[in-house]
Amino acid sequence: MTALALDLPLPREGLSRRFSDALYARRGLLLTLLLVPPLLWLGVVYVGSLVALLLQSFFSIDEFSGTIVREFTLKTYAELLAPANLDVILRTILIAACVTLASGVLAFPVAYYAARYARGRLKAAFYLAVMMPLWSSYLVKVYAWKLLLAREGAVAWTAERVGATPAVDALLALPVIGGPSLSVSYLGQFLVFIYLWLPFMILPIQAALERVPGSLIEASADLGAAPGQTFRTVILPLAMPGLAAGSIFTFSLTLGDYILPQIIGPSTLLIGQTVYVLQGTAGNIPLAAAFAVVPIVVMALYLTAAKRLGAFDAF
Amino acid sequence: MRSSAPSIRAAAPGVQAAKRSRAPLALKIAAGASLLFLHLPLLFVVLYAFTTEERSYQFPPPGLTLKWFAVAWGRPDVWRALTLSLQVAAVATAIALVLGTLAAGALARTRFFGREAVSLLIILPIALPGIITGIALRSAYSLVEIPFSFWTIVIGHATFCVVVVHNNAVARLRRLSPSIIEASYDLGADSLQTFRYVVLPNLGTALLAGGMLAFALSFDEVIVTTFTAGQQATLPIWMLNELIRPRQRPVTNVVAVIVIALTVLPILAAYYLTREEGPSAGRM
Repeated sequence: MTALALDLPLPREGLSRRFSDALYARRGLLLTLLLVPPLLWLGVVYVGSLVALLLQSFFSIDEFSGTIVREFTLKTYAELLAPANLDVILRTILIAACVTLASGVLAFPVAYYAARYARGRLKAAFYLAVMMPLWSSYLVKVYAWKLLLAREGAVAWTAERVGATPAVDALLALPVIGGPSLSVSYLGQFLVFIYLWLPFMILPIQAALERVPGSLIEASADLGAAPGQTFRTVILPLAMPGLAAGSIFTFSLTLGDYILPQIIGPSTLLIGQTVYVLQGTAGNIPLAAAFAVVPIVVMALYLTAAKRLGAFDAF
Repeated sequence: MRSSAPSIRAAAPGVQAAKRSRAPLALKIAAGASLLFLHLPLLFVVLYAFTTEERSYQFPPPGLTLKWFAVAWGRPDVWRALTLSLQVAAVATAIALVLGTLAAGALARTRFFGREAVSLLIILPIALPGIITGIALRSAYSLVEIPFSFWTIVIGHATFCVVVVHNNAVARLRRLSPSIIEASYDLGADSLQTFRYVVLPNLGTALLAGGMLAFALSFDEVIVTTFTAGQQATLPIWMLNELIRPRQRPVTNVVAVIVIALTVLPILAAYYLTREEGPSAGRM
């Protein structure tokens, strides 16, 4: 500390000093100066764009000329509720819900082990083992599965070697989730979605479980609860905020994804792809905007529910 | 976070230590299987970069070769995409560093009206699906007639990178004892000097970590970029095009390995720079 003080230049006079004094004396001024640039950026560029998008959803498209009519109308939203569009919305929400549930189930053992049993180096290794896939390139991860699920790829090869080909074929023969091959079925798409978002589920569950005192679990056992009972009545309720927090990621990310469904899965569209097609080749910006509002509304509802479960305390 | 462990050990060290170290076998297997599931696919990508098979994703590869690295090296389109991605990531990170640090300074230890709204605003770009950010920016560009350019990509990237820098800086600022700032004032430093000589050196590694994560995030981003890039191809856009319409699969494999390397390194570095702050799911 003394070295630091000695290194400091002598107090300066003049403009800079007076500016500094003003900052010190008036904390509000400092706060304003700090807040203005990020707020300008996010508020004007980002929120401005969002509002512009929202406004466009109240425009409509002229059916004959294909140009956008800039008058307030709810026609586009009526169009959104057409059976074909509702089908896209419900299917996407259903997939997102399934992916979220399955991720929760798969993530729990990893999170529980890391929170309760891993110590020291092992814990750090676990953390990195979850962080690395989370941060690795999204496209490379999707690409990895394109390689794996290809007809001549590693999954089919392994299934053949261990004699599981009939089982895979039986799964693919199932209605709706099956298909000609894993890479063009909902089953394959579901698998890759889970792969992509699993780390986002593990980390918040682990964070929630870290806060469960070991003594609580032992007390439950001492009071005669079977392991399953302890899990249901003690661990699971306490992990709920983490599960809810993780599910925000898995749900939101699945809801908006439009790249994976292009590459793996059946040719039917999800919300993300629909938005993409509508704003691009179809040139129907109003309907694209109305479609984009759907995930925003769904996520707003979801966040409200998650907040009740304590999701925001889990970060 | 880990506060419970020491107290339990103190109560009954022998028994608890023995109990703690033994996880049920089923749990170990389940945890191990999940981790394997997370890591195996990327290893396959690395393997395929060396395959001699050109036309399909045949497994196991009929032979191994280093030739595709040389082919990729000689491809101008790969270099163009890589250069553009690095430039975009560098500029977006620089903007995010400034804005994220300012926001962290404003939010770390203060209470004011609208604080919650400001935090929400900062996380919104990653909380909302990327496609919404993308299409919103695109329609805003077309509304005010901004042509697509390097800068339209940067604007999008900087917007969602702010949160990463902000989260890292806030975590560090909250750990920083307010008394050292007061000590600086007591010793006669003014606000700017205190920032320059006390706050900034303490914030340094957190900003470096946040910057690296922001860089990795931008370097890898594809969803927002497809809406804001126009005709230019960043490396992820290049890869996406190859994924949809493959031209030379082995070159794509090599590029995938390069992308893995370029994102893994900053992430590892960021982890080592901030590991005292403890595991943080929320800092992404």
